[in-house]
Amino acid sequence: MLKVSGLHLWRGDRHVLRGVSFEGVPGKCVLLTGRNGAGKTSLIRVIAGLLEAEEGEVSWRGQSTRADRHAFHSDLSYLGHEPPLKGDLTAQENLRFLVGIRRSVSAAEIDAALSRTGAKAFSDRPVRMLSAGQKRRVALAGVVLSQAPLWLLDEPTTNLDADGQTLVCELINEQLSRDGLVVAAVHHAMALPESRLIPLELGAA
Amino acid sequence: MKTSPLAAAGLVVVRDLRLAFRKPSQLMQPLVFFLIVATLFPLSLTPEMSRLRDAAPGVLWISALLSSLLALEFLFREDAMDGTLEQFALSGQSLTWMLFAKTCTHWLFTGVPLALAAPVAAAALGVPGEAMWGVVASLALGSFALSLVGAVSAGLTLGARRGGVLLSLLTLPLAVPILIFGARATELAITGGDLAGPMYLLGAIAVLGVTLAPLAAAAAVRIGLE
Repeated sequence: MLKVSGLHLWRGDRHVLRGVSFEGVPGKCVLLTGRNGAGKTSLIRVIAGLLEAEEGEVSWRGQSTRADRHAFHSDLSYLGHEPPLKGDLTAQENLRFLVGIRRSVSAAEIDAALSRTGAKAFSDRPVRMLSAGQKRRVALAGVVLSQAPLWLLDEPTTNLDADGQTLVCELINEQLSRDGLVVAAVHHAMALPESRLIPLELGAA
Repeated sequence: MKTSPLAAAGLVVVRDLRLAFRKPSQLMQPLVFFLIVATLFPLSLTPEMSRLRDAAPGVLWISALLSSLLALEFLFREDAMDGTLEQFALSGQSLTWMLFAKTCTHWLFTGVPLALAAPVAAAALGVPGEAMWGVVASLALGSFALSLVGAVSAGLTLGARRGGVLLSLLTLPLAVPILIFGARATELAITGGDLAGPMYLLGAIAVLGVTLAPLAAAAAVRIGLE
């Protein structure tokens, strides 16, 4: 469903991605590993279309993602290093906007997703008063709410406690059970069934 | 169900207005700056009302221009820093359209208050009461055009670490036509002439801005996100 072929990316004079290719199929999680600076974040950003690769192609449902960017982006939920939340708004307000610009969403749905990620208790406080881990839980609720078949997660477990790490694994598992596809960059091992993983180590050579 | 472009734009407007009212200091700064700069002139130039009145169009417009530069800095910067701009780009909505909605909202809480506060500064410069509507109208239209032109520069300077000066350098030359026609309209309002001519030209610039600026801003923001 998601096919990445022969990606080459240069950042300045550094050759970050050297011919990365893989294929993601529904129900599988592509697990990107590699040391710091190996290009995990860059690869995720290239797939999302935030970065332009010098060479190679990303295709989604058999079509280049550059052909119909809006259609591809409607199918995609991206969570980067920073949770994309506004400090002066509450979790509820943030999600109503973030998810709302993609699809119509009700307050009850948002509440349910916040409960699912353990963020219900602090959902009426301005986000700037939350800890980094709490913010991440709110952002994860946004990913769940997007109902996108493709998740691009960059270090989804950062700042999360042990419970939170389990939560991320559960969420990914649920997404895979729905025949969704996940591409995740990780540093820690993830408690996911071996059969659902497509491991990809970057910068190994 | 996928959100319609109109509903998405509505969400942008509501969110940005809500944010603006939760942080009133950011809202007030450019406005207070405008009023202070404009009222410094009577103190430094001359107390003679007739001479002040001659200088009033230039003073009002240059103060408005500088104040709008101050406000432009906030247009995209915070959204770029906390990653919401990335989410705009990946939302499946047209980035051009989303940035247009954002720029219009920005004008609503910077340009409109500035135009509405202008009579205070204008009165200090000896502008007669009957000319006020012309002052307000020309500043409202002109600041809309300025917001649009500024959106392109704000997008271009996203990647720059200290974008403030660069933003001014990029915006000011582009703002010259707006300054010329705006000041002319204000002058005609003060002298009791017909200001339709320069107002039409300001309107034309605004229309040109509506057509092209969001496209250019979206292209600039995409580069800035890399």
